[in-house]
Amino acid sequence: MTPVLAAEAATTSFPILTAAVVVPAAGALLTALVSKRRPELVKQVAVLFAVATGALTIGILALFDRHLAGFQLTDHVGWISDPKIGWTLGVDGISLWLVVLTGILFPIALLGAPPHHDEKPFYAWLLLLEAGCLGAFLALDTFLFFVMFEIVLVPMYFLISGWGYAERRYAAMKFFLYTMFGSAFMLVGTVALAYLHAKGGPVTFDLRVLAEHQGVLSQTTGRWLFLAFAIAFAVKVPVVPLHTWLPDAHTQAPTAGSVILAGVMLKLGTYGFLRFGLYLFPEATLYFAPAMITLGVVGIIYGAICATMQKDLKRLVAYSSVAHLGFIVAGTFSLTTQGLQGSVLQMVNHGLSTGALFLLLGMLYERRHTYDMAKLKGLQRTVPVLAGVFMLVMLSSIGLPGLNGFVGELLILLGTFLTHRWWAVVAATGVILASVYLLWAYQRVFHGTPDEANTGLPDLRWSERLVMAPLVALIVFLGVYPKPVLDRIQPSVAKLVHHIETNTDYREPKVRHVKPSTGQEQRAEHTKTGGG
Amino acid sequence: MRDLIWLIPALPLAGFAILLVAGKRLGESLAGWLATAMVGASFLVTVGVFLTARGSAGGHEHRLTQSLYTWIVAGDFRVDLGFLVDPLSISMCLFVTGIAALIHLYSIGYMHGDERYHQFFMYLNLFVFSMLMLVLGDNLLVTFLGWEGVGACSYFLISFWFDQEANASAGKKAFVTNRIGDWGFMCSIFFTFSALGTISYVGIIDGASSLPQTTATAIAGLLFVGAIGKSAQLPLFVWLPDAMAGPTPVSALIHAATMVTAGVYVMTRINPVLAQTADWLPTLIATVGAVTALFAATVALAQNDIKKVLAYSTVSQLGYMFLAVGSGAYVAAIFHMITHAFFKALLFLGAGSVIHGVGGEQDMRRMGALRKLMPITAATFIVGWLAIAGVPPFSGFFSKDEILLYAWDKSPVLWAIGLVTAILTAFYMGRQVFMVFYGHARWDDARPAAAADGAHLAGEAEHSAEAVEVEETGADAEGAVVTAHAATDAGADVDHAHAGAHGDVHPHESPWTMTLPLVLLAGGAVVAGALNMPFASRLQLLEHWLEPVVHAGQAHLSVGSGVKVALGAVAVIGALAGLAFAVLVYLRDRRDIAEKVEQPVFARGWGYDAAISAFVDGPGRRIFDAVAWFDRTIVDGAVNGVATLVRGGGDRARTLQSGYVRNYALGVAFGAVVLVGLLLSRAVF
Repeated sequence: MTPVLAAEAATTSFPILTAAVVVPAAGALLTALVSKRRPELVKQVAVLFAVATGALTIGILALFDRHLAGFQLTDHVGWISDPKIGWTLGVDGISLWLVVLTGILFPIALLGAPPHHDEKPFYAWLLLLEAGCLGAFLALDTFLFFVMFEIVLVPMYFLISGWGYAERRYAAMKFFLYTMFGSAFMLVGTVALAYLHAKGGPVTFDLRVLAEHQGVLSQTTGRWLFLAFAIAFAVKVPVVPLHTWLPDAHTQAPTAGSVILAGVMLKLGTYGFLRFGLYLFPEATLYFAPAMITLGVVGIIYGAICATMQKDLKRLVAYSSVAHLGFIVAGTFSLTTQGLQGSVLQMVNHGLSTGALFLLLGMLYERRHTYDMAKLKGLQRTVPVLAGVFMLVMLSSIGLPGLNGFVGELLILLGTFLTHRWWAVVAATGVILASVYLLWAYQRVFHGTPDEANTGLPDLRWSERLVMAPLVALIVFLGVYPKPVLDRIQPSVAKLVHHIETNTDYREPKVRHVKPSTGQEQRAEHTKTGGG
Repeated sequence: MRDLIWLIPALPLAGFAILLVAGKRLGESLAGWLATAMVGASFLVTVGVFLTARGSAGGHEHRLTQSLYTWIVAGDFRVDLGFLVDPLSISMCLFVTGIAALIHLYSIGYMHGDERYHQFFMYLNLFVFSMLMLVLGDNLLVTFLGWEGVGACSYFLISFWFDQEANASAGKKAFVTNRIGDWGFMCSIFFTFSALGTISYVGIIDGASSLPQTTATAIAGLLFVGAIGKSAQLPLFVWLPDAMAGPTPVSALIHAATMVTAGVYVMTRINPVLAQTADWLPTLIATVGAVTALFAATVALAQNDIKKVLAYSTVSQLGYMFLAVGSGAYVAAIFHMITHAFFKALLFLGAGSVIHGVGGEQDMRRMGALRKLMPITAATFIVGWLAIAGVPPFSGFFSKDEILLYAWDKSPVLWAIGLVTAILTAFYMGRQVFMVFYGHARWDDARPAAAADGAHLAGEAEHSAEAVEVEETGADAEGAVVTAHAATDAGADVDHAHAGAHGDVHPHESPWTMTLPLVLLAGGAVVAGALNMPFASRLQLLEHWLEPVVHAGQAHLSVGSGVKVALGAVAVIGALAGLAFAVLVYLRDRRDIAEKVEQPVFARGWGYDAAISAFVDGPGRRIFDAVAWFDRTIVDGAVNGVATLVRGGGDRARTLQSGYVRNYALGVAFGAVVLVGLLLSRAVF
């Protein structure tokens, strides 16, 4: 187990990953402890810690060695020796960008969507949520992951039920019970995996040990355990037909809650599939891949159709998430480098564009106090800047080339095409439907002549523009130049595909290359060749 | 000049960026001139690259790639943001930038007084950038970037006057319909990559000969699906007539001269693949083109909206281009694309000048006798008319004749359809010219009842009414501002604007920024035929120039020169017959014959669009509703049902349960702690 040993040797330097989890948790505690006589400090403390965490995640990005495929910057603190459970954190190309996304989105949500009452608990829960999310993305111990995966439910439950809209209690309960139902299976799976894997020897929850030693479990056991994990993740993603908690939770959650729920928390499910599905159970993954891709493609079409028929803007965006996450599930189970890279990238893209959409809807709500499209009209004339930003984010969500959403969708569809051709051809119709529901929504809300209720509203303030600016910049940048992101994802994804190939009879399809000279070597210089 | 290829698209992009950031501050005329200058400079760079390319290799066998950076890389899939300059792309760039510059210039006058003037030019610059990326891209994906970009700009510009719901719907319809085609384009990219391991054009062209027939058919067939959407062919043409809701310069640039020809360009680009396909595919392409050409021509016969006639005419002419592609006549397709760009842009801009001059009226029944009041517009429009009608020596004759020649070689049936279309074209364009510029003045007449078909174009009417008023008081600068405001207020009420326009119409010639482009385009429409004269091999400039690009797919004629001359003569006689008939019916004003020609079924476009709308609003909507109902009632209902069952069972155990979820939540948190504690205890003991 050289990687494990090497990782443990690296703990002498500053434990930046641990810091990234501890700092927001400490921030939550400190925010909660701010004196009642100094209420103005609450937001300042919370923002300070959120920004500090964001800076730490950028630090992780800076320290990340893009040539390494394995886990980096690992921290390990022994916790329990038998069974071996540890505070083991590590980052690779798959989790790196989700960590950075979390670090960026939380301060933006905090600044862009302040609560209308009870600031202190709101910010404290939000920071605790951030700690949980980062912990889940960084955990290399299955038990630690489970704990983190569960911890995030509590703050989100309180955020929805405490600061949400009219139906918030119903939505919060539904969200909580539904996800708990899934997690129950994962708890059983986690414990069973560790003990069955031990075969009577020392029990360990170390992810890398469990994953790298394949062949210990019987085929049937592996498949059952995969399903135990898969149900938890499928609820979280959510995969159709386990998705109905999402529209309710999104509609009722406060803006910041929706941003984080869509931007970060849904990714716990898709990330879970990659880390605890593909990595832990390669054989079962291969076995269930056609079913999972089918569910993903169904989600793309089904989510888009449901989104088209929504009357409430937040529900519409929620169903569009179901469709987008369907792409990610399909790409993940395509088991190709392109599909997996596209999936990881699309997790980030979806976080940016859907996060931005929910922020904009929140800003719209501040002005109009409704999400009902029937009541909104002609707003492009009233609030042209908001409309312009909305248009850009919408086009990113539709998958317009030149904006971030396209790159992820293209790679997912391409990767899926290589192993499941007809699924990809059907899934590609999702891009038609996406344009239907989003353009229709845009027309109803922003086009036409505004009636009296929709005139005289203030356009985006400078503070709101500043909140949107980083998201808009990233949406354009990742569409024009996604290579720095893809370069860092690639080695880890290639390693994961190789891991599956080593442990099953799966072989990634290789495309034939006509002539090595064409298109590949002609970069950065002009080549003149004969015409045919 | 080769290092400067990137400048060709970069200049309009810079114009877009400047207008986005500072457009409002630049003020009206500066914003327009800046955008025009950017596209003009882009044209000059293109000319420079063209001359270098011609000089360096004697006009033969060369292609040049320039890569800026690696755009997307994932596993074996690697795509550069790169440009390919070869005779095809440089020809496209020349006419795209050239005509775009003229239309920008025209728009300075046309959009005068619009409150979102700078945004109009911002979108227009972005469009030119996207179109150039489409044309210059050295692989399918960069072309797709431009392809979607022009689609988005088309959407922005069709719904530019978004106050009117109809304009907004037209923009949405264009985007969504195009997306159906884009699905084909994307799938084609996947097939190409999985078959060849690359999507660069150089790789595709070099590797095409090794493609299995099925794969080649899939690639070309799916790309044709994309082309059908973008180039408005049956069955996806429905968005283009509606797209006339956009300002007229947009119709001229995007929906006549450039964007809609993108499908023809892409099919020509991959002609080596098309050469490897099963025989049915080229035949299908030619048939779709021929049928679309005839279909749209019949619809154009009975339109009364000056722009709708031209819209259906564009669909029809694009049909000719696909007839050429399907017949293997790629040079003829590109030739017709270029001549069509000149005369159709000219006709649209002329129509815009007329609309501008008569205060926003678009119904031809309320025009007439305008040739004396708008002499430049009338003269140039007539040039465009003769060109599209195929009267020698105007450009349209040469390009259309060449297509018909290859169509004859492919199948006499296709040729016959093309010929009938040509006769109809000469006729309906004659009808338009006579209704607009000849006869007696009808702009003060009472409104015809059926004029409502132009209702959704009211945005344009409103806008032009505004611009006209501004101009009339233009002598007094201060007065102009005041009037502009007054007109804006009036413009809020469409009917009011109409009434204002009708009460007091004074048709007048347009300003020089609008007439100069007309004159230049008319010049092009006259002489563009010289690009490819059939009389001698050395006169076939375009054919020699494009030869290296199309040699793999280009069909070789088997007909003798006697047949060629005979077919040409038949085409000329057909065109003249169409003109003569138009003279008889419309110049002599024989309403009895006209009523027989203008069948209601033509006016309704054979009910095609209505049928699609009925399907989408009827069964289509019901299916979507059913799915949404299923989601609400069955899927979510099951979840809530389980919850109810559990709660029912839970009631018996109420003594333990408070029923408050927050208690459960805390319970879970504590439960996790207890579990950890248990394990800890296990570790300790």
